Amino acid sequence: MPRTSPAQRPLSPHLQIYKPTITMVMSVLHRVTGAALFFGTLLVVAMLVALAAGKDAYGVVQAIYGSWIGKLVLFGYTWALFHHMFGGLRHLIWDTGAMFDREARMKLGWATLIGSVGLTLLVWALVLMR
Amino acid sequence: MSHNPNSIRTPLARVRGLGAAKSGTGHFWMQRLTAVANIPLTFAMVVIVVMLAKLDYAGARALVANPLVGILLIAFLVSALLHMRLGMQVIIEDYVHEEGKKIVLILLNTFFAVLMGLASIYAILRIGFGS
Repeated sequence: MPRTSPAQRPLSPHLQIYKPTITMVMSVLHRVTGAALFFGTLLVVAMLVALAAGKDAYGVVQAIYGSWIGKLVLFGYTWALFHHMFGGLRHLIWDTGAMFDREARMKLGWATLIGSVGLTLLVWALVLMR
Repeated sequence: MSHNPNSIRTPLARVRGLGAAKSGTGHFWMQRLTAVANIPLTFAMVVIVVMLAKLDYAGARALVANPLVGILLIAFLVSALLHMRLGMQVIIEDYVHEEGKKIVLILLNTFFAVLMGLASIYAILRIGFGS
């Protein structure tokens, strides 16, 4: 039978149909931060390799990381790191079968966000403190 | 799939390795094991990097040359790289449905993780051994 153009069928409900909830947003952010950290590893590795390569190479890395755009990327990396860590902690709690009820889920979601933002700000306060 | 009724292979042996994941709980377990290890090691890494940010070149080399610092950095990198390789593999498997493309990306994923590990451990050891 020849294939005709696909019928205009309704799509199953997708991301933009649902009203965002804290658990859904945290779930998406867990994957997004995880993927970002994958590439962010380059930042740590580049710094260590430059440090081993010599003073000039390390100076270049220091200049890039010290620029405003470098700091912005590193700030994002720090937040992604802590957010993924708290999100992972949440998953480890769920692995035990605990805290699956609605109240606890919502609380854990907010705790993840508040924890990651708080810890990121604390670390950057320490970095920028002279 | 045909099955010889006289075979002494158990049903479990026949299905082992045939699921979508091509393996059992190894992936899941390694993901959790490295997740747990990553928690203290991430804190160690962040403390070390914050200290590095305040040091000049000679000071930074001296800090990484410290055995405890070097070992903690290597431990963080090994655990984090194993973890991120597994995580990225799941992302690829979720979104890339064409078999060839998927296999190439999964290969690249492993190459990237191994390269990052080799480069950083080589660098840390070089600094540690003082060359």
